[in-house]
Amino acid sequence: MIEHIANYLSYEFVRNALVAGSLAAVLGAVVGYFVVIRKVSFAAHALAHIGFTGATGAALFALSPLEGMLAISVLAGITMGATGSRLQYSDQSIGMTLSICMGLGVLFLAFYKGFAGQATAILFGNVFGVSHNQIIQTLFLSVICLGTLLLFSRKLFFASVQPDLAEGRGISLSVLAVVFMMILAVSVSLASQVVGTLLVFTLIIGPAGIASRFCRNFWSGMITSVIIALITVWSGILMACFTSWPPSFCISAIVFSLYSVSGITQRFIIRMKSSALHADQYNRCEHDSVHSR
Amino acid sequence: MSAAISITNVGVRLGGHEILRAVSAEISSGEFIGVFGPNGAGKSTLMRCLLGLVPLNGGKLSVFGESAGRANRMIGYMPQTRTHLENTALSARSLVAAAQEGNRWGMPWSTRVSREEVGRVIQLAGAEEYADRPFSVLSGGEKQRILLAQALIGEPRLLILDEPLASLDPRNQKRMIECIAEIKAATGATVLFVAHDINPLISVMDRVMYVAGGSAVIGPADDVISSEALSKLYGTKIRVVRTEGNIFIVIANGNVTESARHD
Repeated sequence: MIEHIANYLSYEFVRNALVAGSLAAVLGAVVGYFVVIRKVSFAAHALAHIGFTGATGAALFALSPLEGMLAISVLAGITMGATGSRLQYSDQSIGMTLSICMGLGVLFLAFYKGFAGQATAILFGNVFGVSHNQIIQTLFLSVICLGTLLLFSRKLFFASVQPDLAEGRGISLSVLAVVFMMILAVSVSLASQVVGTLLVFTLIIGPAGIASRFCRNFWSGMITSVIIALITVWSGILMACFTSWPPSFCISAIVFSLYSVSGITQRFIIRMKSSALHADQYNRCEHDSVHSR
Repeated sequence: MSAAISITNVGVRLGGHEILRAVSAEISSGEFIGVFGPNGAGKSTLMRCLLGLVPLNGGKLSVFGESAGRANRMIGYMPQTRTHLENTALSARSLVAAAQEGNRWGMPWSTRVSREEVGRVIQLAGAEEYADRPFSVLSGGEKQRILLAQALIGEPRLLILDEPLASLDPRNQKRMIECIAEIKAATGATVLFVAHDINPLISVMDRVMYVAGGSAVIGPADDVISSEALSKLYGTKIRVVRTEGNIFIVIANGNVTESARHD
């Protein structure tokens, strides 16, 4: 087993995949934690699909798919952030923007015939195809995103859990929303390279969603989210090596399994606790009634 | 006593609609003011004006001698809209901690001092028992206590509580009022308490502010909650009925208005 893993690691494309995957995992998990708390999952998903249009359109303007994707999704992110700091209420307009962008993506594909193979790579990702240059690019953008996010994280956490109170303390909700959506747009584009635009949920929502179900404070949630993301990406890539199935499938299957198990576990915990609580309350009522007698 | 809040001829227009016009009030330091009025009368808007969150359309407004928005560090605010954290396990304590110096740059590290402050306000709001449980599983009354604790961070000199009794049953309403009265007695803070029902607050209020028809009157409960004063404010005939120590506000055609709705 270990011999096999060592053998796979001797290939450059596997090492590249692990590095790029780890970067996307860390960034996705950290940004995703805020996405889950702010309840903007749908916007995150939409940004990835909007990015698809940028990636296909980029070919027409002689840009790389990532550049096209970054340009259009950052633009879309800024618009989303500026038009509604409380995004969860505007999912209709996000849905409509999403559909026209996917439509445009198809149109660009029709204009540029030779692109169909690459379109599959954009939609479903190909972590084994990541080049050395793309890793440098990913590293550079991840550091900028994480740095900005950490600089803002205190304000952003406060504004995410208590928007009205934060506004009362002089925090500009719309500025925060725009900054956050820009960071989200970049993260989504980077994560798309690993798992593809259709599977971005896997890295952005999955680990953070699982962590937020159990972790009671900011740091435990954030760190758990990062650990889950790294473990799933590494094991997904190794699973792809062993099975020669697409890595995007392996990663998303692992995240989905963990998410399902975590949901069942959470229900189980709640049921156990509530029955314990009821027993406690019952005992207390008994106690009170004995006293009142 | 010095003036905590001074409102002079304040008007507010939002989205082309006149919400408030010519509202004036002087509130002294340490007063407990009950703020009442029908839904949509502009109570919350007036409270947001004090925080500098709503631009004024004329008039002047100062809080502790400073213009609105500049005194926010001295104000503890409990907003009306509640937080949405149904799908996370974030504890009530971490929610309060988020509000603690939440407007600083950098990461949300907590220091020993900040943890002590969070513990202090949770104790003051009487919420220690459930502070470490996920906020999403708390009952309505428990959630309100946590939001009250948030408002107490930084020892505010003015507490603006926007409907802290919303969705509480009469027993929990009574407890909440007692808790706030105790906090006021302990800290000497000025309290603006927005509510719908006057009766549970009668014993703790110093004065009453009644907002209706875009205007407001302020004064002792007996003067403000009178047939003459309210008829003038509403611009229609209002009758105030006092019976067994309870107050009912009745529009002349017989409907009981908001302020008696919980009875």
